[in-house]
Amino acid sequence: MFNVITILQRKSKKRNWLEVAFLFSTVSALGIALFMLAMLLITILQDGFLRLNWQFLTSFPSRNPEEAGILSSLVGSFYLITLTALIAVPLGIGAAIYFEKYAPKNWLNEIMEINIGTLAGIPSIIYGLLGLGLFVRLMALDRSLIAGSLTLALLILPIIVISAREAIRAIPSSIQEGAFALGATRSQLIKTIILPLALPGIFTGVILAISRAIGETAPLITIGALTYIAFLPTSPMSYFTALPIQIFNWVSRPQEMFHINAAAGIIVLVFITLLLNMLAIVLRNRFYKKSNS
Amino acid sequence: MYDKKSEVKERLIGMIFGACGMLFLFVTLGVVVIIFWETIHFFQKVHIFDFIFDTQWTPLFHVKHFGILPLLMGTLLVSGISIIVAVSLGILIAILISQYSSKKVGGLLKPILEILAGIPTIVYGYFALLFITPLLQKVIPSLSGFNALSPGIVMGIMILPLVVSLSDDAMSAVSLETKMAAYALGSSKLQVIFNIVIPSAISGILAAIILAISRAVGETMLVAIAAGMKPTLTLNPLVPVQTITAYIVQVSLGDTPAGTLEYRSIFAVASVLFAITFIFNIIAQKLRYSFKFKN
Repeated sequence: MFNVITILQRKSKKRNWLEVAFLFSTVSALGIALFMLAMLLITILQDGFLRLNWQFLTSFPSRNPEEAGILSSLVGSFYLITLTALIAVPLGIGAAIYFEKYAPKNWLNEIMEINIGTLAGIPSIIYGLLGLGLFVRLMALDRSLIAGSLTLALLILPIIVISAREAIRAIPSSIQEGAFALGATRSQLIKTIILPLALPGIFTGVILAISRAIGETAPLITIGALTYIAFLPTSPMSYFTALPIQIFNWVSRPQEMFHINAAAGIIVLVFITLLLNMLAIVLRNRFYKKSNS
Repeated sequence: MYDKKSEVKERLIGMIFGACGMLFLFVTLGVVVIIFWETIHFFQKVHIFDFIFDTQWTPLFHVKHFGILPLLMGTLLVSGISIIVAVSLGILIAILISQYSSKKVGGLLKPILEILAGIPTIVYGYFALLFITPLLQKVIPSLSGFNALSPGIVMGIMILPLVVSLSDDAMSAVSLETKMAAYALGSSKLQVIFNIVIPSAISGILAAIILAISRAVGETMLVAIAAGMKPTLTLNPLVPVQTITAYIVQVSLGDTPAGTLEYRSIFAVASVLFAITFIFNIIAQKLRYSFKFKN
């Protein structure tokens, strides 16, 4: 009896040691991740913060790093994303409503079902090549603002559709059946029940999609967006540059002064995307609290 | 209520939504048609045998070789390193969040980690090239300014939230009853994690890993900035390499006229990239479905 207990104790001691070691390894994994995140933010702030001033925000790109700024790329990004949202948001919500409320169950829709998930997983550079082949060459839109917007719109469409469908699906069917029972038509149901109730969820998805589009670089490079633009876009057919493109251009130069410019540009870019992400998280938490209570 | 006008209106509205849905199918078809169209033209000039087995990739040189192996190897090397980092850290963090921490702490940690996913990839490129590489060079003096190691590590951190989030979902879904039964039989926490939680959640974890691979293979700006532009058939993580995506960027930056062999070569390598990510995504989706049905 005595023997058994000591064996068990010894065993549990060994176990305890393993338990602690494992817990320690999980905590240090988290520590490494958080440390890297902190280092990333600190590095960028340290490198670029002093460069961030009014002159930097209101100057065109220049061969002289001290005179260069992000005016054309910031304004370009703004127009680009506005156009992208105008194209992708109505289309994405419309497609989501179709899949949830109209689509009959047949093979075509089953294929599309699989499609949405895989479309969201296609690398962004492939969308860039699609934009190059379809918009820039076939439709002869050249490297214009509208070609860039259409490309980015295709890229974020699956994200919007997926989140909008989830929001629509979360609406209790009892409310919808109640509306039908009162004699509502399908379009009335969509207008008065589905859209208002799903709006916070849809909105969250849209914000996340837009914040993704703002940082996208590869598809814009693929469609041939220019890096040196010393004017502001005047129409959807104008040539344009965007903030991530300008940053990429500065990073790939050997001179250190340009790297400082890149870091300052990154601060602006990260600030915008994190702000949008935070907004989306706050909205999502609020939405879930409301729907759970 | 059943007058003709409103019925026409209903139909019309249904058609508008239907058109939005159809557009979706066309996008996928468009990707496939455009990329494969140019690829077919490419293979009329370059023999597919050379494409697969030639060990040199020099389409921009005078003597042109079109062997995709160096690009594939570069892609494999960088994403391999990133997967090792992301999976080892990611699964440990997912275990910490789902098995050890309280709901409150987990609910706080997840959004913080999601910040990592929200940062644009070009920022990671800057970080890899101008911070991690110089740092690593202090430890490994032979490390070249452009290399596979540094972007690999940084990419691992970048795709970490994806691995954490999906594996955490899978592990949190393991039923409490099963875990309690194991505890009742005298299992320790560690035994429960390794004998109950991980085996039950394995298809979800595998889906997370496969999706992470697909993300890593398609990642562009990070490697274009920090891995270099030199296609090399090597497994040495210390020298410059070129990935499929970085090659597409390199050609896009130059002004290549449509219809030339260089122009078509980016579509040819992109179709390989498309095939890889497409297959991985479908496998991941199947795994996640099977996981959902099991639980």
